Amino acid sequence: MKKYTQQNAPIHEALLRHKANRVVPFDVPGHKGGRGNKELTDFLGESCLKVDVNSMKPLDNLCHPVSVIRAAEELTAEAFGAAAAYFIVNGTTAAVQAMIMSSCKAGEKIIMPRNVHRSAINALVVCGAVPVYVNPGVNTQLGIPLGMSLADVEKAILAHPDAKAILVNNPTYYGICSDMASIVELAHRNHMLVLADEAHGTHFYFGEDMPMAAMKAGADMAAVSMHKTGGSLTQSSLLLCGPAISSSYVRQVINLTQTTSGSYLLMVSLDIARKNLYQNGKELVRKTVGFAEYARTEINKLGGYYAFSRELKNGDTVFDFDTTKLSVHTLDIGLAGIEVYDLLRDEYGIQIEFGDIGNFLAIISAGDRTLELERLISALSEIKRRYAKDKTGMFDHEYINPEVVLTPQHAFYSKNHPVAIEDSQGEISGEFVMAYPPGIPILAPGERITKEIISYIAYAKSKGCFLTGTQDLNIEKINVVEGI
Amino acid sequence: MELWYTEQHTDDVRFSIKVNKHLYSAQSEFQRIDIFEAVEFGKFLTLDGLMMVTEKDEFIYHDMITHVPMAVNPNIKKVLVIGAGDGGTVRELTRYASIQQIDMVEIDKMVVDVCREHLPQTAGKLDDPRVNHYFEDGLRFVRFQKDAYDLIIVDSTDPFGPGEGLFTKEFYGNCFNALKEDGILVNQHESPYYSAYAKAMKRAHQRIKEFFPVCRVYQAHIPTYPSGHWLFGFASKKYDPLQDFNAAAWDALGIETGYYNTELHIGCFAIPNYVKELLNGEDE
Repeated sequence: MKKYTQQNAPIHEALLRHKANRVVPFDVPGHKGGRGNKELTDFLGESCLKVDVNSMKPLDNLCHPVSVIRAAEELTAEAFGAAAAYFIVNGTTAAVQAMIMSSCKAGEKIIMPRNVHRSAINALVVCGAVPVYVNPGVNTQLGIPLGMSLADVEKAILAHPDAKAILVNNPTYYGICSDMASIVELAHRNHMLVLADEAHGTHFYFGEDMPMAAMKAGADMAAVSMHKTGGSLTQSSLLLCGPAISSSYVRQVINLTQTTSGSYLLMVSLDIARKNLYQNGKELVRKTVGFAEYARTEINKLGGYYAFSRELKNGDTVFDFDTTKLSVHTLDIGLAGIEVYDLLRDEYGIQIEFGDIGNFLAIISAGDRTLELERLISALSEIKRRYAKDKTGMFDHEYINPEVVLTPQHAFYSKNHPVAIEDSQGEISGEFVMAYPPGIPILAPGERITKEIISYIAYAKSKGCFLTGTQDLNIEKINVVEGI
Repeated sequence: MELWYTEQHTDDVRFSIKVNKHLYSAQSEFQRIDIFEAVEFGKFLTLDGLMMVTEKDEFIYHDMITHVPMAVNPNIKKVLVIGAGDGGTVRELTRYASIQQIDMVEIDKMVVDVCREHLPQTAGKLDDPRVNHYFEDGLRFVRFQKDAYDLIIVDSTDPFGPGEGLFTKEFYGNCFNALKEDGILVNQHESPYYSAYAKAMKRAHQRIKEFFPVCRVYQAHIPTYPSGHWLFGFASKKYDPLQDFNAAAWDALGIETGYYNTELHIGCFAIPNYVKELLNGEDE
């Protein structure tokens, strides 16, 4: 195989060669370089459609990479300090599921915080592994779930010494990190694998003064959402593995569910994004942190809002904070985060990442410009001036400890029937309920529906949260497990 | 050899001026800045290739953006000027002895420096002792002001560049907050003629209307701007630009002008039907 360096982008180069060779396409896709779908080509551009191609010998094959995809994956592993890397084109959801499914089999235990993304619990539905939840710490002032305390992880390990793996959010959506290095050390001492959900942590691998990246901490696997903060196209992602993992087995697990028609648009975006991060990542992250710090300072000057940061660090449940995240607490102006989120979009034409009960999150990147940051800050100033209310009666917490009665897989595949959510108290949920984003389940399959959860769902709905997860698209009925 | 400055007024319409000399060209942190010298228009300034001021017709723009509000409220003492890097707006304001303070906020210091050197005709009064210079984003500056100004003049570029933030709802709301209870907001309000400008004009009007009880537009003929037909916005918490207008008082000041006069003050608020329809139409 040709020798590549970090200055190369093997898939990019192969696609350029493919275009230059003017290969006659009698294979899929049927749009044939866009000629078969003029409207789509006019919209996306011919240069894009021309490289929307299928696997072929000079372009390698994602399911069984032996040439340019393999080279691109090896360069990625090197750039991230991993033993192996896999390009994922089914979203980070697929990366999270591949991590879990390659470390746990049906009936085996996995320790995880309950504030995981739904993709992690989905993996348990598919593979039948049993979750052991560690309650995350909660910041009662902000009403947000935090990282896992090391003592709680240790307790879970002692109570479940047969668990196979521990899943860690690095960071949470809000930017909060657990003590990754100590968790890895503790887990490995007890012969457990450490899996990191780094959907929001790509930049940890390239920036200076960032929280510790999972691979550096010695974690065994990490799901890294390149498309979120790494600059690749939406739905493209990475799975990274440490040296203790059998990479050929992981490839088999990925291939259980990943498409056999991997998109070259997504793969080339990963290839070019990796090259860019390797060459310019330090500077890009520095610029991002600069923007985020400026916005935090200005937002905190407005009064009423609290753009939080490293001052939350407590050596344990907030071991570190990702300063590129612009997370803002809103309850002191009497508005839910989701209400501020809606006002920003509907009144000011500004779209942020998510709003929930007490906070909102704006994603900042090196692609931002000062003039847009000024717009965001000024719009927040106006929202406070025009809409601020008394804060009494605001729901103030985001996290409810679940009572797990059945495994997610057992509950999901049990006979179940729909009941009105308000009448479901005491039942066991057969499905998910979550606000999306952030996509952290309020209820997961197998959990007891309590009065507190019912009132939380009603409140989230009344504030305009976009709830998802139930078969009933109106989120009025919920499937509950029969005969328990 | 022929040298022509050409501005694309729309995809299908161009406007050209024969140029003698290209005097200056540089890229600032925010935009490209050029100064040309022409037979017909004298020296002129362009930003990102778009016409800002010419020596020959700048008096029209600067008369209309300053004297209209000053004639409605002669007691204006404290003025905030946003943009206006060429200095022409400040020059006209300094002609009023009654004005005590002019805060000028221009994001791009390089524009001011270039105009001081090449366009003394407009930049000549920038060192008046009443003028305070702030080189920062106008949207940011105004966020910190409350109940502070009698008049805010927004003399900005088009909303397709560094001036974008000065056409937003958050900016107009911040201006409302920064004005005193009888404050007036006057802004460069784009053109109703070509569709890209007309859309910006309409959106600006609808956003200003949400905050100010009095919200009108007035017009002028500016030969070097797209279509030549240009609008200004007059918004106020209290004063109506016609009912509260005291022509005799302004005439008594004895300010000599090339374009503005008190008859024209009344006439400029009479706008064509198609513009009225645009302003009253639904937002898309």
